[in-house]
Amino acid sequence: MFRLLEDDRGRMESTVTIEIDGYPVIARIGETVASALLREGASWSRTTPVSGARRAPYCMMGVCFECLMLVEGEGLVRACQTPVRDGLKVERQMGPRKVGPSC
Amino acid sequence: MFDCVVIGGGVVGSAIAYGLASHLDSVLMIDGRDSEPRAAQANFGLVWYQSKGVGMPAYQRLSRLAVEEWRSFSEEIEETGGIPIEFAGPGGLTFCLGDQELEARQTILSRLAGQMERTEIGMLSRHELERLYPGIRLGKDVTGGAFSALDGHVNPLRLLMALQQGFVNAGGTVHRGRRVDGIEVCGGQFRLHLKRSVVHAARVVIAAGEASRVLAEPLGMTLPFTLQRGQILVTERVGPVLPYPSDRIRQTAGGTIMIGGTKENVGRDTGTTANAAASLAARAIRVFPDLARVSAVRQWSGRRVITPDIAPIYERSSRFPGAYACICHSGVTLAAYHARGLAKRIAGYGSWDDVQKFSARRFDVQAA
Repeated sequence: MFRLLEDDRGRMESTVTIEIDGYPVIARIGETVASALLREGASWSRTTPVSGARRAPYCMMGVCFECLMLVEGEGLVRACQTPVRDGLKVERQMGPRKVGPSC
Repeated sequence: MFDCVVIGGGVVGSAIAYGLASHLDSVLMIDGRDSEPRAAQANFGLVWYQSKGVGMPAYQRLSRLAVEEWRSFSEEIEETGGIPIEFAGPGGLTFCLGDQELEARQTILSRLAGQMERTEIGMLSRHELERLYPGIRLGKDVTGGAFSALDGHVNPLRLLMALQQGFVNAGGTVHRGRRVDGIEVCGGQFRLHLKRSVVHAARVVIAAGEASRVLAEPLGMTLPFTLQRGQILVTERVGPVLPYPSDRIRQTAGGTIMIGGTKENVGRDTGTTANAAASLAARAIRVFPDLARVSAVRQWSGRRVITPDIAPIYERSSRFPGAYACICHSGVTLAAYHARGLAKRIAGYGSWDDVQKFSARRFDVQAA
């Protein structure tokens, strides 16, 4: 759905690989998890705890909270405010968060 | 001319008005503007009796009666108001951190047990608490807790909506965004002065929270109280993990976890502070360490109306029959009583003797 304007000029050394739900996703250094997600076929970030409907990054500036995703080591955060780094593990948040010893 | 006018559309006024509507033909509830300091909309939502009435058996019995009535009352109000209010009464806990809190809680329980035959409140060991919360760890400082089989919780905003809708469905009238400037008595009737109109009533009930004092004074009713700020912290929605409400941490039907409540004497200031957020969160994490990974998403404060002995004040004017006042800070718990027992007596059915114990005159009695 989305693509980088400068796609063909992207150099290999300026990219990192993050993991979204276990799948490798190529991202550019300096961009956010949300913008990398938006270039994926399934560009949604979570399902709501209320209705189970899918949500995707919307405002891209940290105010709408639609892009909440589970980031390893950080908990449920706004993907649009989270810069990528190599090896970052991200999961879509399905419904309400689980709380407990195993999380 | 109304049979009764209730001044105040918070959870106290709405419960009384709702109850009155089933006894009287014409009841008017006058509510203020949205911007009023509304304790009813900052509430924690506990239906709670386990800590109430130490040194005042009448208040202990009243709270007990209210939580027992709540079972059938919640069904009634959902039916008449047409709104689910998310009431659950599985029992409720007070967690103790460290030995000192455990001893203090034991003392409160034995004092309450000395005032009532069967309180249905008991102390639980840490091990017993762990069995009640299989899905989450308890912090190492948790030494035990008090458990009341009758306590529970409710969505306070839905309760308020249901009471008001139930009142309207029962034939009651609501005026919103109005302010009562004063009440005159002439020929045994009450004349309520509003900005551009006058309302006549045979009875008047003042249930306007902190605005009640100035209205009640000219009718011969003195209402002593102070204001106390309470701040609440709310987390993101999480899966069901807290099967029982506790006095300071409860999980709502929607999944958010509410963490309350500070007790601050700061006058009319309704701000929120980072200090309060930090201390509320810190205590919650000492009880349930797994909450450390959950995000807080909102914080707000409200002002409690606190009488000198914390118990409600129900006043009936002896100088002007037909004038009543009611102020309290446990409007959610007491809603079942306000809508039933109290409303019935204000409407003129049943004896006022039991209610008389809650007159502000109790504060005039000097210790011998």
